[in-house]
Amino acid sequence: MDLREPIDHRVAGRASLALYLQVRIFSKLGKDHGMSYFEFIAKYGDRILSGTLVSMMLTILAAILAIAIAVAAGLMRMSPNPLVRGIATLYIEIFRGTSLLVQLYWIFFVLPLFGITLEKFTAGFIAVGMNLGAYGSEVVRGAILSVPRGQWEAALALNMSSGKRMLRVILPQALLIMLPPWGNLLIELLKGTALVALIAVADLTFQAKQINATTYLSAQSFGTALIVYYIVARFVITPSMRWLEGYMKRKMGRA
Amino acid sequence: MTTEDLLTFPLALQGDHVPMVSFRQVSKSYGSLTVLDSLDLDVAEGEMVTIIGPSGSGKTTVLRMLMTLETIDGGVIYIDGRPLTHMPKGIGLVAANSRHLRKMRSNIGMCFQHFNLFPHMTALENCMEGPVNVLGLSKKEARERSEQLLAMVGMVDKRHQHPSCLSGGQQQRVAIARALAMRPKVMLFDEVTSALDPEVIGEVTNVIRKLVAEHNLTMLMVTHQMGFAKDISDRVCFFYGGRIEEQGTPEELFGNPKRERTQQFLRAVKEAV
Repeated sequence: MDLREPIDHRVAGRASLALYLQVRIFSKLGKDHGMSYFEFIAKYGDRILSGTLVSMMLTILAAILAIAIAVAAGLMRMSPNPLVRGIATLYIEIFRGTSLLVQLYWIFFVLPLFGITLEKFTAGFIAVGMNLGAYGSEVVRGAILSVPRGQWEAALALNMSSGKRMLRVILPQALLIMLPPWGNLLIELLKGTALVALIAVADLTFQAKQINATTYLSAQSFGTALIVYYIVARFVITPSMRWLEGYMKRKMGRA
Repeated sequence: MTTEDLLTFPLALQGDHVPMVSFRQVSKSYGSLTVLDSLDLDVAEGEMVTIIGPSGSGKTTVLRMLMTLETIDGGVIYIDGRPLTHMPKGIGLVAANSRHLRKMRSNIGMCFQHFNLFPHMTALENCMEGPVNVLGLSKKEARERSEQLLAMVGMVDKRHQHPSCLSGGQQQRVAIARALAMRPKVMLFDEVTSALDPEVIGEVTNVIRKLVAEHNLTMLMVTHQMGFAKDISDRVCFFYGGRIEEQGTPEELFGNPKRERTQQFLRAVKEAV
């Protein structure tokens, strides 16, 4: 408890430093175009904010989908049934082995040809979620395999069914092991959502592009987007994952 | 082992004195390495049998096979007269399905060298896990049963601690309570003191002594504690090269070993102390 307070101060300090630098640098740039950075923010702040909210919404929905897919595919990869294993492997190969952008285009432009038409926002988070889910499945599988063998054996010696062994003994321990790599993946996922601007979802990147197109203030528009992504990744996702990790450790009596 | 070979084994053991555990020509090998070579071993109900021997002699494998942690390559194991990893089908035995395995496994409890307590649960939760989730007891019943057992092993004060906060000896005592909470007929102790600091070995061996004295459990134990084995065993088996080289009462085996390998082993152990 006492430990967390100074960390919060530090995080707040770094966030405000990032904002300060942003203002200083862009104020300088802005003067050449007859508009200070403050004026820029005053004028386009609400669009940047709405874009940020769309990006965060996409991130949250894609993350939920990615986690669900990762757990399912990760478990399927360890199935004794070769067909089940094969389906998971095929899925991972396709979604990890091809470009996210092309996958996004497929889901948005090609699926309608097969009678599946998705709204662009939905297509956006599904593409990102399915892609990151493929990466995540390897994280899940690795974490499950790194739970010591003795834990499986003890659960078997208690005569637990294979489902209960996994659910009650292995997964809770695997969860703690997989949290740090998931932190990485979620940041990757946030940045991946920028691609949905290419199918005209009004996310942060799309708004930055629009502002740039009307004002030609490239440094301000894309620079702001850059910093907002950084702030969300560094000051929202990372601390949340750290907190979750600490919480799990305390639950396991390790802290 | 082919199905025809399995035809020579009875579907179940019957009679007045059916052993609680019976190995019949049980073999196990890893590739070209033979771990158990046609082992025959009977353990009567309530008997305490200790297995000693050099490492690699197959003694731990015997326990792991009983817990169904290892498959068996040949022969049949009977628990209370019924085949463990086989089940009757038609006139012979076939490999057991998971339902049969789970039914048979409920007779057996095991404690491990490295305790293997679940780190995300407290001592009490570890003990309650099986009764609640496998036996279907209510939480209240499971808690009563677990607290009773934790009291027996002297760990009731620490029941709300996680394993990471307990010493090795304390963790092993909780592990014994956890296994007993399932009310097994057969208890297996696999080198339960080997990973412990010397000063806490006593607290674990005392619990096992108490079990031997007060309960009619059938027990198999693998240990390197010769003094302890001598004190509490009804019978000691010396394993060598996947077979029982010599067996007998502790007095016979430790006092007057007949085979040369046994003498060599006991001499080497004595010198090491």
